[in-house]
Amino acid sequence: MPDPVRVSPFIGFRTLLHKEILRFWKVGFQTVAAPVLNALLFLLIFSHVLDRHITVYGDVPYTAFLVPGLVMMSLLQNAFANSSSSLIQSKITGNIIFVLLPPLSCRVFYAAYVLAAILRGLLVAAGVWLVACLFVAAPLAQPAWALAFAVLGGALLATFGIIAGIWADKFDQLASFQNFIVMPLTMLSGVFYSIHSLPPLWQRVSHFNPFFFMIDGFRYGFFGQSDASPWLSLAVTGSCLIALAALTLVMLAKGYKLRG
Amino acid sequence: MAVPAIRVAALTKRYGDLLALAGIDLEIGQGEFFGLLGPNGAGKTTLISALAGLIRADSGTLEIMGHDVTAASHHARLKLGVVPQELVFDPFFTVREVLQFQSGYFGIRGNDDWIDEILHRLDLHPKANANMRTLSGGMKRRVLVAQALVHRPPVIVLDEPTAGVDVELRQSLWRFVQKLNADGHTVVLTTHYLEEAETLCGRIAMMKAGRIVALDTTANLLSSSTTRSLKVRVAQPAAALALGGMAAGDWVEFGLDDPATVETLLARLRETGAGVREIAIGEPDLERVFVEVMHRA
Repeated sequence: MPDPVRVSPFIGFRTLLHKEILRFWKVGFQTVAAPVLNALLFLLIFSHVLDRHITVYGDVPYTAFLVPGLVMMSLLQNAFANSSSSLIQSKITGNIIFVLLPPLSCRVFYAAYVLAAILRGLLVAAGVWLVACLFVAAPLAQPAWALAFAVLGGALLATFGIIAGIWADKFDQLASFQNFIVMPLTMLSGVFYSIHSLPPLWQRVSHFNPFFFMIDGFRYGFFGQSDASPWLSLAVTGSCLIALAALTLVMLAKGYKLRG
Repeated sequence: MAVPAIRVAALTKRYGDLLALAGIDLEIGQGEFFGLLGPNGAGKTTLISALAGLIRADSGTLEIMGHDVTAASHHARLKLGVVPQELVFDPFFTVREVLQFQSGYFGIRGNDDWIDEILHRLDLHPKANANMRTLSGGMKRRVLVAQALVHRPPVIVLDEPTAGVDVELRQSLWRFVQKLNADGHTVVLTTHYLEEAETLCGRIAMMKAGRIVALDTTANLLSSSTTRSLKVRVAQPAAALALGGMAAGDWVEFGLDDPATVETLLARLRETGAGVREIAIGEPDLERVFVEVMHRA
């Protein structure tokens, strides 16, 4: 009989996290560089068209206002893309079996996928912010707030990505999550505008969009002012994260669409 | 008394109207080389998936080395290595990365010596740093075997590991698996190559429609068959084939449901002028036993 081996559950977590990071890093042009370029194109076009016409929060130029919105939008979209695409690819190619056979708990599974997705989101966000700083001054007035919303928002979208990746059986089903939920909620969340510029009805509607609170709270980290209280934004973001994390852990524990 | 390597009791699994496992009871002892045979759709892969925790059974119990696969899944999974039937791989990584990850998932750190040994034993070492995408089908199959062994499980399940594999790899793979079995690993094999099962397995279960319809040692299964065959080498094979024989190389083979028909058959061969030159009685093989069991069940 072969020698018994010493095992540690933490190594399982660390390995799955390492694998998930390496998975996106090996195709970094597609997963990090391309989203940075996309965000910069938004910045260049919108700032060219609108910078001279619009100021926000009194004297903040539109281009500077746009930067945190684009940074956070990129972070959220890439956090979602990372966990969801990893899972759907593994399910469709069948290699999901390699993480289902070992004794990885649902908490380890969840934490590794979420952390890797947050890291990708942060890398893209840092790339967008640093390159944007070449064109416009976008200093962080409250870096702790910015970091808190970046991490919580990334975790929320990464969690949503896990749910989408588990639920979807085909790439087009996953694309519908991206195109009909993530993208519209992001675009209508105040990335490109302050909700104070909206009619009262749409201002109220925006308060039902959790993306608004994530982006508004993140923007507070840049300007020290925002459309909603950062504490309210933090509470909404945190509550949504707790709710989705609980749902995801239940799905994983039950093996929903993973274990027949 | 040692706990069984695998214990299955009253296991059922239904997919809609299909009863995939209809109350399976099975015990496989530690150190056995066990064969699980059956036609497509018999329930072999469903049973293996339930053992591996990839599907949840509707009722019944499953234990691996005494650990319940549901209540003590962590311990049960540590004891089991599974080579899946499908040729699945992760296209992002090299062979060594794949094995290091698999080792880490099982909570094992610093496993490089064992990984190197597996790579050598499976002749994968030259491809250790090659991306999985670049490997041939046979090489990918070897990596699947390596992944199943990376945490040194005492119980190894191979679900049709030689499907679509060339002869050379098949032979080297069996030598390796036999060595593992000699080292104390319990091996459970499903295959459609019945001669492999006959050669390798000490005990065999045959499944049909979600039930075990035969379970015995390979020797007992072979001796249970009443069907022998008469093999003749003749000058005029066409004449012998016209009597219902089947060509088998230089020989023509006749099934013998009743040994008393040998004399009648030889008389008819003489009458047709086949020119019998050599005679042999063929013992039943597993394929013949399998067909008989499936017809009876």
